[in-house]
Amino acid sequence: MNGKLVISSSPHIRTIESVQSVMIDVLAALFPVALIAVLLFGYQALLTMVIAVISAMLAEAIWMRKLDIFGDGSAAVTGLLLAMTLPPAPPWWLVVVGSFCAIIIGKQVFGGIGNNIFNPALVGRAILVVSWGGHMAGQIWPVPKPFVIFSDFFYDISAVTTATPLAGQEQALNTSLSQLLFGNVAGALGETSALALLVGAGWLFIKGHIDWRIPGGYIGTVFVMGAALGGGFYGNHLLTGLFHVLAGGVLLGALFMATDMVTSPVTNLGKLIFGIGCGVITMLIRLYGSFPEGVTFAILIMNALTPIIDNFTIPRKFGEVKKSA
Amino acid sequence: MGGATFKGGVHPDYRKELTASLAITAMPAPAKVVIPLQQHIGAPCEALVQVGDTVKLGQKIGESKGFVSAPVHASVSGTVVAIGPYNHPLGRKVEAITIESDGQDTWHEDIKPHGSLESLSPEEIKAIIREAGLVGMGGATFPAHVKLAPPPEKPIDTVIINGAECEPYLTADHRLMLEKPNELVFGLKIMLKALGASVGIIGIENNKPDALRVMRQAVEGEANISVVALPTKYPQGAEKMLIYATTRRKVPSGGLPMDVGVVNHNVGTAVAMCEALHKGKPLVERVVTVTGEGVARPANLMVRIGTLVSEVLKACGGLKETTRKLIIGGPMMGLAQTSADIPVIKGTSGILALTEENVDLSEPSTCIKCAKCVGACPVNLVPTFIAQAAEHELIQRAEKLHAADCIECGCCSFICPSRIPLTQWIRLAKADILERRRQQQK
Repeated sequence: MNGKLVISSSPHIRTIESVQSVMIDVLAALFPVALIAVLLFGYQALLTMVIAVISAMLAEAIWMRKLDIFGDGSAAVTGLLLAMTLPPAPPWWLVVVGSFCAIIIGKQVFGGIGNNIFNPALVGRAILVVSWGGHMAGQIWPVPKPFVIFSDFFYDISAVTTATPLAGQEQALNTSLSQLLFGNVAGALGETSALALLVGAGWLFIKGHIDWRIPGGYIGTVFVMGAALGGGFYGNHLLTGLFHVLAGGVLLGALFMATDMVTSPVTNLGKLIFGIGCGVITMLIRLYGSFPEGVTFAILIMNALTPIIDNFTIPRKFGEVKKSA
Repeated sequence: MGGATFKGGVHPDYRKELTASLAITAMPAPAKVVIPLQQHIGAPCEALVQVGDTVKLGQKIGESKGFVSAPVHASVSGTVVAIGPYNHPLGRKVEAITIESDGQDTWHEDIKPHGSLESLSPEEIKAIIREAGLVGMGGATFPAHVKLAPPPEKPIDTVIINGAECEPYLTADHRLMLEKPNELVFGLKIMLKALGASVGIIGIENNKPDALRVMRQAVEGEANISVVALPTKYPQGAEKMLIYATTRRKVPSGGLPMDVGVVNHNVGTAVAMCEALHKGKPLVERVVTVTGEGVARPANLMVRIGTLVSEVLKACGGLKETTRKLIIGGPMMGLAQTSADIPVIKGTSGILALTEENVDLSEPSTCIKCAKCVGACPVNLVPTFIAQAAEHELIQRAEKLHAADCIECGCCSFICPSRIPLTQWIRLAKADILERRRQQQK
């Protein structure tokens, strides 16, 4: 063995986790909601997801001139997350444009994984919303066909395909809270079943990839502001708060977008502030803005503030003596 | 107060099963020992012997006038054949005395019992401990008598024996607790008396239920000594973490355990203290866990100080062809070695040979800010930011981020999915910060 000994600084053992294994865990966590989306919206949903994932991986491979198309898996995650924010059956070119914008403008121009400031999937979505609002907001959504065997459960899907129930109080009252929970409701692919989102996020929580502070701060703030300022439809302010949590993109955003490691704070207090900030901006846009939904821009704005939040929330070191004491 | 622990930490694969059930066996004295004149933190010793001198087992052969220092003793009887620089586990060459054994192991005539604990004053105890050359045997090698002599304005009420042994692979302390529980408790009583402290605590991680059982039996009837089960989590045995887990006291940043009335000692040190008093025996041997996938026959060995690591490995069937890394100490904080031509010293708790499958040579990738290092850091730092500052030589920023408080436990590097050598970067920043502080003081 002489002459072959490796010298390096301690520690000499490492976790088996890698960036790729983390990304695969995120993909696995999106499986439940992806499954619901396919059951609900049929093969068009599956097609949308496949196109988004493949074009995101392609965009990254072309930009980086690499043959390993899966790589660390982060492009696939971005593609799938973007698909989750799209309507059930968008034109294929819209998906491709979104994926390329997400990977190139959202991520690679900043220097690739770890260096981007904004959540890439949301950058892609933001560009699509602003450029092709009609396709994204529901005026020209085609009616998707759920798989026949599930059509009983998703009985009235065609009746509620006018985008999000957040469009107005009338749309909201057409939707029951249990519908929102189980998913037979209109919306983007990943905005349907709250339960499926929670199951997936639970997996990430168990694996230690996400922390309660961002989703907790986000969802808590949306609930409180929804209850206090939402107008109290459903006859109960608390139920209105719950409606704001379950409807639209809050859960997808709070559990999967705001928790994006690269673009959210690393300190514990910073995470909480980030989550609360996302919630406040989301609700301001929902209640007082001209868009029905505010998740995308809320998270993007907070992304921009992340480095500052981190800087101001460096934790007290172990055994630090309080200066005032 | 069982179940208390610190925030953060990691759960590495402990691999203690390789040696946990193997009783300590004495390795026969080698034909030659190399005894470095510095095996401790503090002033190096000066040789008391010359080439050609005959020495006996236990004879003092090196001493320093400095207070923070510990003498060294001959670990075999025989002839001094060389005095000069020799490879040292800490990296650079250090003056060392080489003794060829006569195979007789004749004890030096000064080695005799010091009488009962009751008959000795605290000052006498400290003198005995200093003369025996005792140092912290967990690896830090801080002279033991210094810790027993805190300044009068820092009264000590509690002595904690560190039986956590949170480093993966190592089982030397575990075996000592199983095989010499009464000696350990006696060692603790010596410390309590020397310090005038009233409470003794033995902290043991709960992955060693047999040691917990044996030690609890050993302290039965001792009103002021308790055994505390600690959650198994690395670095549970780090000084500040152990003190927090057992007493809920937080050692202030930049401070020492004595600032909160506590002194910590390792299991091995306590047992050695008992033997120093009972038999007058200086520190001439210690338990070393020889382990890792690269060792043919892992073992817990009682090894003479100064035995070459190559000899120890030979006694364990040698290294396998697949060995890629040789480490002195544990896998989290130990030091990788370039060769086995180094002596076992007082702080050598383990000799670890890792093979290809557990030596990760993958290149680091960009930080994805997953914050796992933040969650793992037991002293509440943000390792990734400090590492970034160090990488860009922003020493002031590193200092503002409390880099100097890093205990170098290795949790951040261990947990990093991007394989960034965070601990190494922080060490670098720390060294720069301390250097700058030194220069500013001038």
